[in-house]
Formats: sequence, C-alpha cells, structure tokens
Amino acid sequence: MSSSDTDTKTETKEKETTQTKPVVVETTPAEKGPELPKFEKDLSNKITEKFGSKTEIAFVKPDRVRVNVKKEDIINVASYIRDELNFDHAESVTGVDFPNDKEIEVVYHLGSYTDPKLARQVLSLATRTTREDNPNPGNDSTRLPSLRDIFYSVEFHERECFEMLGVYFEGHPDNRRLLLPEDWADIPPLRKDFAIKGR
Amino acid sequence: MSVPLPPGLQLEKFEEDDKIMTLNVGPQHPGSGHMRLIIRVDGDYIVSCDPDPGYVHRGEEKMAEYRNYILNIPHLERPVIHDSCNILYPYVLGVEELLGLEVPERAKYVRVIAAELNRLSYTLYWLAIYGIFLGHSTMFMWPVGDRELAIDLLDKLTGARVTHSYFVPGGIRNDFPANFEDVCIRQVNYLKKRLKTYGDIFYDNPILISRTEDTGILSREDAIRLGTTGSVLRASGVDFDVRTKEPYDAYEELDIHTNVLKKGDSYDRSKVPWLDMLESCNIIKQALEKMPKSGSVRVKLKPNPKGGDDEVYKRVESGRGSLGVYIVSRSKPEPYRLKLSVGSFRNLICLPYLLKGEKLGNMPAVYWGLNYWPVEADR
Repeated sequence: MSSSDTDTKTETKEKETTQTKPVVVETTPAEKGPELPKFEKDLSNKITEKFGSKTEIAFVKPDRVRVNVKKEDIINVASYIRDELNFDHAESVTGVDFPNDKEIEVVYHLGSYTDPKLARQVLSLATRTTREDNPNPGNDSTRLPSLRDIFYSVEFHERECFEMLGVYFEGHPDNRRLLLPEDWADIPPLRKDFAIKGR
Repeated sequence: MSVPLPPGLQLEKFEEDDKIMTLNVGPQHPGSGHMRLIIRVDGDYIVSCDPDPGYVHRGEEKMAEYRNYILNIPHLERPVIHDSCNILYPYVLGVEELLGLEVPERAKYVRVIAAELNRLSYTLYWLAIYGIFLGHSTMFMWPVGDRELAIDLLDKLTGARVTHSYFVPGGIRNDFPANFEDVCIRQVNYLKKRLKTYGDIFYDNPILISRTEDTGILSREDAIRLGTTGSVLRASGVDFDVRTKEPYDAYEELDIHTNVLKKGDSYDRSKVPWLDMLESCNIIKQALEKMPKSGSVRVKLKPNPKGGDDEVYKRVESGRGSLGVYIVSRSKPEPYRLKLSVGSFRNLICLPYLLKGEKLGNMPAVYWGLNYWPVEADR
C-alpha cells in the first residue's frame, strides 16, 4: 500500500520537474531514494542476506549494482555471485588510485551470458587494498587475492592491473607485464603521482 | 648451447632435446599486426602460444584523466580509427548519464545510422585483411573497394573519412546534409547486393572451407568461461548482442536479428561478421524510415561541464564485440578515472587456448578470425 503511494508521488514529481526545467537537466541525488528498481534490489538483498555486514551495497541503479567488500571476503562473495546468482564472466577489471585515502580500489564488472534475466545487468564488485608511497610492485603490501580461479576471464585484466597500478594478485599463475615494455623502471603509470610531462 | 641471449632478443631457439622450437611471430610480421606471438612448435604443431601485446600502447586512459569531457572526444577514438563512432558511443552515453542530459529523438536515430555505417566500414576492412591472409586476393580487393561506399556516406555526414568525432555528449555534431537520406538508401541497397555476392565467391569457396573449417574450435562453455565477446561469442552459439539485450538509444525501437552460429570454428567466426553486415544494412533502412523527419539534434551544454561524485559503466556493441566504458567522476571537469574495456582485449585470452595443438599454417586463420585489432587492445 505504502509503496504504491510513494510511486505515484515520485511520478508526479518527475512530471513537474521535466516541465519546468530547461533543456539541461541535472540529476540530484535525492531523486534516487524512493524509486529503486525492483529486480536489482532483489539482487542486492540476496547478497546482504547471505553476507550481512561483510558487504556494503554502494548503489542500486537500473541494471547496475555495486557491492563493496573487504579483501578478505572477496573470494567468498565472488564464489557466491558465480554459483548462486549466475554471473559467469568478467567484463572488465579496473584499478582506481586514491592517494588521499592511501588505498587502491579494484572494481570487477561482472556480467552473465547464460541467464537471460541477467543479460542487462552488470554487477560491480569492488575491493580496496593498501597503497604505498614508494611502490615496489610485487614485493610490497599492495596485494589482493586473485579471482582467476572463480572467473577465468579476469586473467589478462588482472595482469594489466598489476602493471598499471602495482597491485599484486596472489594466486594468479602469471603475474607478468602485459602492455608495458620489459625495461619499464618507473612507478606504475596509472597511479596519480605518475605525472605526464608538460601537464 | 652457447651464451643465452636476454629474453627480448631471442628470435628462434631450440630447447634441450632439440625438438621444441620457439618462434617469434611479430611484432613486425604482417601476419600478426602490431603484436608479438611467442609460439613454441613441435615440428608443424603448436605446443603453446604466449601473446605479447603492447607495441602500440598509447596510454589513452591516462590521457583522459588530464582532459575535460569534450576534449576527450578526439583522442578516445584513436584506438580504432575506422570504427570511431562505436568506440565513442559508450563514452558519450556515460557522460550523458553523468551530466544528466536528455538526447533529442532525432539524434538517437542519426547516431544509430552513423554507428551502423561505421560497423560496415570496419567489418569490410577486417574482411579484406582476413581474405588476403588466407591467400584470397579477390577478397582483399572487393571489400576495400566496396568500403568506399560506406566511407563516402560517413564523409558526407561527418566531414571526415575515418576519424569522425561525430558524437558529442547531448547529441551529434551536425544534422544530415541535404539529400542524405536518398543517397544513403541507394548506396546501402547497392552495398547489400554486393555483400550477398561475397557468399558465392568467399564463403562457399571450397578452399576457404577446407582451410578454416574445424580449425580452432571454441565450445560454447569455453566461450562463456573465457568471457569472449562479439562475433567470437556468437559463432560459438551464445545469443548475446548488446544491441538487443541492453538496447541503447534508438536500437530499442528497431527490429534486430542476432546472428548465431553453432560450431565455433574459424569458419563460423569469419561468417558471423558478414551476416552482421547484412543485418546492419537492414538496421540502417529501418532507422531511416522510423526517424523523425525534423527536430533538434543536440542539446546545449554548459561550458566545462562537471559530473557529480558518481560512476557509470556503459556498454555498446562495436564491430569487435561489447565495448564498455567505466567513468569515475569526482566533481571535476575531467574524469577521475576512465577505463576502456574493449572487445579485442577480451578476446585475446582465447588465442593461447585456440592455437594449442593447431598446425602452424592455421595460425593466420585462427588469429584473424578473432576479429582482433591490436591498437584497440593496447589502447
């Protein structure tokens, strides 16, 4: 009952805003609150029911759900996502450097080919590891467990993340350079303190 | 053996028992593109293959962190200049979501037409290279000649033959030139007629079939497990095309047939892009019929627009498969992090898998069948 009330309210709100505002419309974060897409909400509820406070749902948008986990739990959460939620491959693995937090974030974008209901969905699974100011890739504390045994398709993506951000993936069979030259001796280039000359 | 050479300098090497030889294919070899394959052979058979991309790595992702959302447009299309509309597409869609822009209806259709014309021009280029490396020189001449039709149309539409920079956040740069619809429908009809003759000369050719059939078979399960995409995935029997599964812009209103083949060998992988080209012609004709005949094609942007503290992941179907762009925004005019997840890079993982146990002579058929573009994979 209450949900249908909120739905109608939000609809009327939307109509008003589109009529009054000019062509350039900016989304405000407050609009997101009441109207969460149902299928995506179910997906995120399943994960929170299973893992409780170990996971944090960062956002639920149409077709996109993001789950933040600690690096100790990522193997368990990823196995659950593969076995119970039917996500079967990784679309991309992105490392993001946050020097102010002294952390590096790695985001796995997971998709599904086998389950037609999930064809539109991309689930982001994110975790963070510590970042050192003087990186020594492979030998410092910037480490994460590899998801290669769970999602085989991350193999080359994780190799790229290792050379570009210096995140060593434990359990990855082949932590070698991929794109950079063999004699690259500088810091990993996608870290924020690696500056392009003249910029 | 004598003094060992450093790893980068070995050209060919025999191992202890003089049976396994290591060969370098590329990076200058015309049969590999700008990438190196380190192949170990036992006689004529490939024992293992280690792809070594990165010879054309340009740091697109790093460059994007230093330029604002508009200045990023011309350099982000450089990885695949002959499919430049499709590589810009997810970026533009992502920026629109970050800035909260609503695209005019007519611009959505013009984008679809430009993207499909670009898919035609890319796939014909790929088919020409595929043909010449299998020794079929007619299949090099014909697609290169017919590709001019698609390029001429794009030239009329965007003003440039290859690097179009046509899509901008909020729409497209300019509307159709005068009389474009008629020229477009005429040329696309002719192109479709030409494409059908490729079936007779190339795809029904017994020499091509004997070279590509049953080479490099990728089963359905492995295609899913390896996370392949695009024509490689659809040739292995998986019905997945972003245009139909997660339609963007005007694809929602169009009727699109996804071409799926079952066997997953090199022949099927070469046939799916050709079937997709025929489908592209249908899509262009549908879009020209259904599009609104007038209206604006672009919304006005504020100078130096900023996104909020947000992130967005958008994907489209490019000529080489699903192409995703992940943008992290931190309330600045520049993206905080931009990641291109490209089809070539995702399909690269199956190369060692497919070449194992294959004859060395089948290497070009398998390699070019992957629809792999080294510059895009390296970014």
